[in-house]
Amino acid sequence: MIKERAFLIILVVAVCTLLTRLIPFVLFGGKREMPKAVGYLGQILPPAIMATLVVYCLKSADLFSASHGIPEFVSVAVTALLHVWKKNVLLSIAAGTFCYMFLIQAVF
Amino acid sequence: MKQTMKYVFYKTIPVLLGYLFLGFAFGLLLQEAGYSFWWAFLSSAIVYAGSIQFVLVDFLSGGTSLPVIAVMTLLINSRHAFYGLSFVEKFRKMKTYPYMVFSLTDETYSLLCSLKTPEGMDEKKVMFLISLFDQLYWIAGSVLGAVLGQMLPFDMTGIDFAMTALFITIFVDQWREARSHLPAVIGLCSSVVCLLIFGGSNFILPSLIITVGLLMALRGRLEGKVANV
Repeated sequence: MIKERAFLIILVVAVCTLLTRLIPFVLFGGKREMPKAVGYLGQILPPAIMATLVVYCLKSADLFSASHGIPEFVSVAVTALLHVWKKNVLLSIAAGTFCYMFLIQAVF
Repeated sequence: MKQTMKYVFYKTIPVLLGYLFLGFAFGLLLQEAGYSFWWAFLSSAIVYAGSIQFVLVDFLSGGTSLPVIAVMTLLINSRHAFYGLSFVEKFRKMKTYPYMVFSLTDETYSLLCSLKTPEGMDEKKVMFLISLFDQLYWIAGSVLGAVLGQMLPFDMTGIDFAMTALFITIFVDQWREARSHLPAVIGLCSSVVCLLIFGGSNFILPSLIITVGLLMALRGRLEGKVANV
């Protein structure tokens, strides 16, 4: 009985998640030509969304906690500056992540 | 084909690290709530969305009703509706169209946005394999978390920063290539402002709506300055 309910819950979450992903394709994915405004949005949105996702990842950095969010902001700066300088994705990610792990485990 | 697989693996390494760790954390939580690895496998296979799967653990142990669960899922995942806009044309031409739509997570979206397929490789194949690999990492992570539990001998706390770092590098690359920085600045400002007003768990939707509104208002100025994505 409990497992049946669990299965039902997972199914509901799966269907609703799929719905959110389907919306743009159902609205604009038909045979008709896509409205120009949508094409414009699709092209212009990625940098704005990427900025939003970075903020989303940092949302739990608490400026008023013991660490003042320093590990987060130092590691973001390391990742970004290294990437501006060396343009090597894996290097920037590895250095930023190592920096963050070191700061929260050993320093703060 | 071998070369394509190698290329896709290299491109997806950041997601591999992030998904293994986050998936592991999810599997661990689920197992602690009394659900074996089959449940971790099931939800990672058919739900496949990071943040909502963590909320799912609460749903499973609490008494939340199904309609409330449905509405919460729609709200938390509403940002996905904006991702598809960039891929309506591209996905439509692919044989794997349904799977591409289903598997468009934050991370897969980011990789596909920044993808520049090398000469001689089939772009559709590369896109499909990126989506597939990412989901396999996620499933592997969550099943491992449920099976191994707390047996890991070393402290992995913080490795999920790999995900943040991935978004940062893509942001920097897009910034470098963009002919106008306005979309990036608008996205940054509206998300920070909305985060301060609405708080961490509610800010994404209002922020995206404001961003889209502003970008539409500035369409006359920005059209033609669009970066090649």
